[in-house]
Amino acid sequence: MPYLSGEETVKELRRALCNPNVHSDPLRHRNAVLRVIRAMSQGVDVSALFSEMVKACATVDIVQKKLIYIFLCSYAAVNPELSLLVINTLRKDCQDPNPMVRSLALRNMTNLRLSSLVEYVEQPLIAGLRDRAACVRRVAVLGWAKLHDLQPDSEIDAAVVNELYSLLRDPDPVVMVNCLRALEGILKEEGGVVINKPITHHLLNRLKECDIWGQCEVLKFLQRYQPQSEDELFDILSLLDASLVSPHPPVMAATVGLFLSLCGSLPAVGLSALRRAQGPLLAACGSGSREMRFTALCHIQLLLRSLPGLLGAHYKRFFCGYAEPAFIKQRKMKVLVELVNDDNVAMLLDEMKGYCTDVNPDTAQAAISAIGHIGRSYSDRSLEILVGLLGLKQDHITSAVVQTMRDLLWVCPQCSSTVCLALEECEDTMQDAQGRQALLWMLGVYGERISSAPYKLEVFIDDVRNETSAGVKLELLTASMRLFLCRPAEMQDMLGRLLHHYIEEETDMCVRDQALLYYRLLHCGKEETEKVLQGRRSDPSLGVLIGPPAESISQWAHSFNTLAPLLQSTFKPDSKPQLSDALRCDPVETSGNCPDKQMDSSTHIQTSSSAAPLSLSVSPALSPEKFERLWLQPRAQHDEHAAEDDCLWIEESIQCPAVFQCSAQSLQASLQLVNVQTLAFTPAHARPWKVYLYTRMQLDSRGSTLILGELVHCEEEPVNEKERTRAPAAAPQEEKTVRVTLRQQPRDDETLKAFLSILTTVLHTHSSSNETLP
Amino acid sequence: MIHQIFILSSKGDHLLYKDFRGETCSDLVNVFYEMVTALPGDQPPVVMRHKDRYFVHVRQGGLFWVATTTADSSPFTIIEFLNRLSALVKDYCGVLNETNITENFALIYELLDEVLDYGYIQTTSSDILKNFIQTEAVSSKQFNLFDLSNVGLFGADTQQSKVAPSTAATRPIQGSREGGKSEIFVDVIERMSVVIGSNGVLMKADVEGEIRVKCYMPNCSEIRIGLNEEFSIGKSQLRGYGAAVRVDECSFHQAVRLDEFDNHRILRLSPSQGELTVMQYLLSDELPSAPPFRLFPTIERDKGGRLIVYLKLRCDLPPNSVALNLCATVPVPRGSLSLSQELSSPDQRAELRPESRAVVWNIPRFAGGTQLSALFKLDIPDLSSASLLEVGPVSLSFELPKLTATGLQIRFLRLSPIQPSQSQRWVRYVTHSDSYTIRV
Repeated sequence: MPYLSGEETVKELRRALCNPNVHSDPLRHRNAVLRVIRAMSQGVDVSALFSEMVKACATVDIVQKKLIYIFLCSYAAVNPELSLLVINTLRKDCQDPNPMVRSLALRNMTNLRLSSLVEYVEQPLIAGLRDRAACVRRVAVLGWAKLHDLQPDSEIDAAVVNELYSLLRDPDPVVMVNCLRALEGILKEEGGVVINKPITHHLLNRLKECDIWGQCEVLKFLQRYQPQSEDELFDILSLLDASLVSPHPPVMAATVGLFLSLCGSLPAVGLSALRRAQGPLLAACGSGSREMRFTALCHIQLLLRSLPGLLGAHYKRFFCGYAEPAFIKQRKMKVLVELVNDDNVAMLLDEMKGYCTDVNPDTAQAAISAIGHIGRSYSDRSLEILVGLLGLKQDHITSAVVQTMRDLLWVCPQCSSTVCLALEECEDTMQDAQGRQALLWMLGVYGERISSAPYKLEVFIDDVRNETSAGVKLELLTASMRLFLCRPAEMQDMLGRLLHHYIEEETDMCVRDQALLYYRLLHCGKEETEKVLQGRRSDPSLGVLIGPPAESISQWAHSFNTLAPLLQSTFKPDSKPQLSDALRCDPVETSGNCPDKQMDSSTHIQTSSSAAPLSLSVSPALSPEKFERLWLQPRAQHDEHAAEDDCLWIEESIQCPAVFQCSAQSLQASLQLVNVQTLAFTPAHARPWKVYLYTRMQLDSRGSTLILGELVHCEEEPVNEKERTRAPAAAPQEEKTVRVTLRQQPRDDETLKAFLSILTTVLHTHSSSNETLP
Repeated sequence: MIHQIFILSSKGDHLLYKDFRGETCSDLVNVFYEMVTALPGDQPPVVMRHKDRYFVHVRQGGLFWVATTTADSSPFTIIEFLNRLSALVKDYCGVLNETNITENFALIYELLDEVLDYGYIQTTSSDILKNFIQTEAVSSKQFNLFDLSNVGLFGADTQQSKVAPSTAATRPIQGSREGGKSEIFVDVIERMSVVIGSNGVLMKADVEGEIRVKCYMPNCSEIRIGLNEEFSIGKSQLRGYGAAVRVDECSFHQAVRLDEFDNHRILRLSPSQGELTVMQYLLSDELPSAPPFRLFPTIERDKGGRLIVYLKLRCDLPPNSVALNLCATVPVPRGSLSLSQELSSPDQRAELRPESRAVVWNIPRFAGGTQLSALFKLDIPDLSSASLLEVGPVSLSFELPKLTATGLQIRFLRLSPIQPSQSQRWVRYVTHSDSYTIRV
């Protein structure tokens, strides 16, 4: 057969089907039909045999019937006229005493999908809804959905809809679930099937009778119901408690989804449901099917966004098996990073260390960057491992380690001494451009502490002609400039060579321009150059205080139990922040506590803006890196209204005598009460004392605005800041003032002023309460 | 809601395609195969997106089982369904492989027709389905010389015929309709995942187990499975004074009746034809006995600049048990060129696999209470002291027949009504290594 062309196959099949001898022997007849279907599934076009197959349909052999129906459903659209011939046989079958034959005929009648046949189908479908056998009713109910799909513009028959609603009380659970599905399709324009209180309770009571697929479907439909009272809500929740810990992952996931949607207004209940569901989710993580494991892992990642540290005690369940595919290993590492705490950090890092030498370079890289991530809170142990890995002298590992170290340094500058020591000994040349770039950056920024830095740069500069990556070229240029500033004697000659090469011979315009810029900059003198090149450093006195704050469940509840969490990271959650859950700052309450003179102005602002109530929110969270990037964006003049693009800078002095003496934690807590997130603190008595914070504020129509802030207090510095117009009390006095710098994007003067007054209030409240303490 | 289902071989041949919602665009199959083969290594392949269509797939029996669906459908449901579907096909066709699927395409179409209607899952219970499925499975049984060894001289029974052939449980369930052997298999299957630290301390030990019943008895109304009486769930509840068999979590199939479980540890169920996972359990962070294997490695450089890896592997199983098909994978430094080996017995084998940077040491049979050793000498051109760090962790894969790590045993297996004498009942135990890692 494989050597025959399609046409000859069809001819031969037709010969077999028409042979009267074949017709007389049921077994041979069936085999002939079977051969047609086989040819069809192998991709041969057998539509020419349509009329022969229609004839073969009149048989008592159910297997043969089924085979022919497969054929007919595939080719009916090509031969609408001939399909009319089948309808008679099908209608006759609908009267057959055998329910199996009836359901088969009914199903295939609707599967033909020919609008010309609708009038013939309706009558058997109506009869089918009242059939004695459940299997016929199942088919008939879905048949109506198919029929509606065929002619979506036709009017909906109210009698059928009513009949379908009444079949929700059918004794067969599958019929009940099919009714929900059919009504959902038929009533799509009207918003789908109506789930009211009686239906909800009926469905809940019959949930136990359904198999797991039916349960999932019903639970999904129930998400649409809004309980009328809290008592009813809790009744429903307690009924569903058993499914929450169901051993079947689909049922568990559907129940959690329902809990989350029902408890939208009661986040605490939602959280406790999630805690309860962790057991089954963990079990699914150990499932035999790796796809199921992966799904469960992705959903655990969602859970951890709202309940960080939830599974800390179960971290061993996320250790990678050596035979697991790379995508599962990498997911597990992402989860492990989230679970790290004081108790398990040693074990966890020990395990991670083993993954760094994985055969798969992607997995190794993921493990190394995971260790770097843990290093943000446990830098010593992590760095020890990372430095050890440099000893392996393997290209991809060294490159990943160097990149990880760079990222770590940016966040935790206190690690610099260890890293510098390690770099001193690292003599590899990496193939990977990313890795070289990271190495150059570190050599530039920390060059004064790495004694061999000029010699390492020399290797790059000598090899400059062979460099292909523009990123590396730019980084090399900047690193050489930086190093020149701190070690001019060693670098002068090299830098000269480099600039000469880039200006004279380089073809990449970006690189050449950058070289020219630096060349001219050097003419301006050392101070100017330093100002330009050494501005962007992270402040070594700052450590990252906390990880990202716990998000509210509503951030991700809509994507729970959908495909979204499983899609790769290219998927971005809804960019519009959902602020419905944000706490409202009650202006009256906050201003009531404030005894200060300055409050007059701020209460005024608040009352004026209370027409459009002001709400703050910390989600979506802002990472420290993002904060730093936004904060360091160039700002023009520190003018009152230095507007640049769409962002607004404002500086203000607030008097609050004792705020910088109190502990970071208490200030953080009080700021969190009004939904302001603090990102970083200096230690309590350090000078200058600094706090970085941010919040998001809802604008009436245009979404939200992001406000970043810095509080600075310098004791030494005389407080002779330029006088602000709206802060009469901030005149230079003996009292201590805190300088506030705020950055808002997009700009909105009104809300920024309102925020400033809230901040003032909090600081005042805080410092006054601090004063009353001994 | 599922729009299409298709099955592809690992080489991308179309084995089966069925559309449920009247959308004929069969090039989707090719789109899927192109996407799944072109995927970069670090991207998870389970869900992929093509325009507004999402592909969800599982790999079972070396085949791709793919469903297309919309973004809002539950991944748990679809993946569980695809797994269930492949289990059903396995029940009906015997074994999952390419030829079996193509041979039985009519049966699978029929199955899909009953299981899904208009893309909605109707039922996957083999009890209900068996009434509807009419096509018989075509089993492609290959001639196997080993089958002959079961037949004694002049057809007399041999000793071997008292042992079920390993293929006995992989046959289509419908065979019993034509008076095939009526048999029941109860399998206790456990998977161990163990991490042993370099100092020999047990860092992690999890055992996941399940009791699987495979029934080929047409007229069996109830099975009673008795577990160890000392079986306990959770930490608090300890029973008896003997060696307690303890698990942390335990879940049962919904068809299992537990009325005698609390007092007598008896599971009652009415089996359906085909495979059924009756009970699943989990023991974490603890093993009732010592871990089955300990490794004592010595790694050093010799004067000639070669890397010497000396491994001593001890099997701590009871003396009458054996481990089969043990395979130890030892990661070695990059750039290892050649391997010379000294193994303690001739049936063992070891080879260097440069593509996975590992030495693989195969031991076909390893008796409990014994010890084996291997000496590997590796030529590595530029061996540095740091390269020693690249050796390890060693991972073992093995199979422990007739043994459960938790100690769970089936006390008895009773069928009612009493089956005719030619029916056969088999209870099998096996423990696999899910992941057994020993750090060096």
